[in-house]
Amino acid sequence: MTVGLEHYLIVSALLFSLGLLGVVLRRNLLLIYLSLEMMLNAANLALVAFSRFNHNLDGQVMVFFVITVAAAEVAVGLALIVALYRRRQSAHIEDLASLRL
Amino acid sequence: MQDVLFYIFAGLTLGFGFLVVANPFSRNPVTSALFLVLTIVSLAALFVTLHAFFLAAVQILVCAGAVMVVFLFVIMLLALEVEERRQVKKLGLVGGSAVALAFAALVGTAIVRSPTGTGQPPTLEGSTHVLGELLFRQYLLPFEILSVLLLVAMVGVILLSKKDLK
Repeated sequence: MTVGLEHYLIVSALLFSLGLLGVVLRRNLLLIYLSLEMMLNAANLALVAFSRFNHNLDGQVMVFFVITVAAAEVAVGLALIVALYRRRQSAHIEDLASLRL
Repeated sequence: MQDVLFYIFAGLTLGFGFLVVANPFSRNPVTSALFLVLTIVSLAALFVTLHAFFLAAVQILVCAGAVMVVFLFVIMLLALEVEERRQVKKLGLVGGSAVALAFAALVGTAIVRSPTGTGQPPTLEGSTHVLGELLFRQYLLPFEILSVLLLVAMVGVILLSKKDLK
């Protein structure tokens, strides 16, 4: 059986679900963030596969933008996590449950 | 040959991805981050099997290189050696796994049931030249907006990392 679009989409969906599992189950803020990064990469794989099998390069340009926005998002998010850690001395999400500092 | 490579790298990607989320041998966040690097590298290999050569290079340079270095830097800065083991809520564990499984089943059945493509072999090549042409002609405005976004993110990060955050 030759590898087609649906094979890539299945891999992408499984990787996305793994990321979702990590976001829901892990209790450490940084590990949740790592899982989020994995979900973004899974979506990228789906976009590249669609682009290849639809003979259209727009998907790859989209992936390029996603990678750049993800880099910006990681920078801002990690700065927030560091600022939060300075206040609370913890990165465990159950210690960060209240809105007031 | 290409099919064999797909199966190898798809298996590696999913295996490493699982080790990021639930590593049975180590609860150290650094291990998870390093396994994410391996996941990203095998994803880049999958990009190569899709003939997206430029994106594969960008994936390794930006994601596995720059982004993961920042991640490791913060993990080591915060000195989170081992994730504390606390009382895990049973309901959360079961419910969370059920949600992720249900999502996988939903998307999986949607993909399997949808009609497959026309069957003609794909010919698209994601080389640097064509991609650059598209990026700097048709997508010039989004590209410029993206540069402003990066600048805003940079200013925001500098502001956030000040000592006395008001």
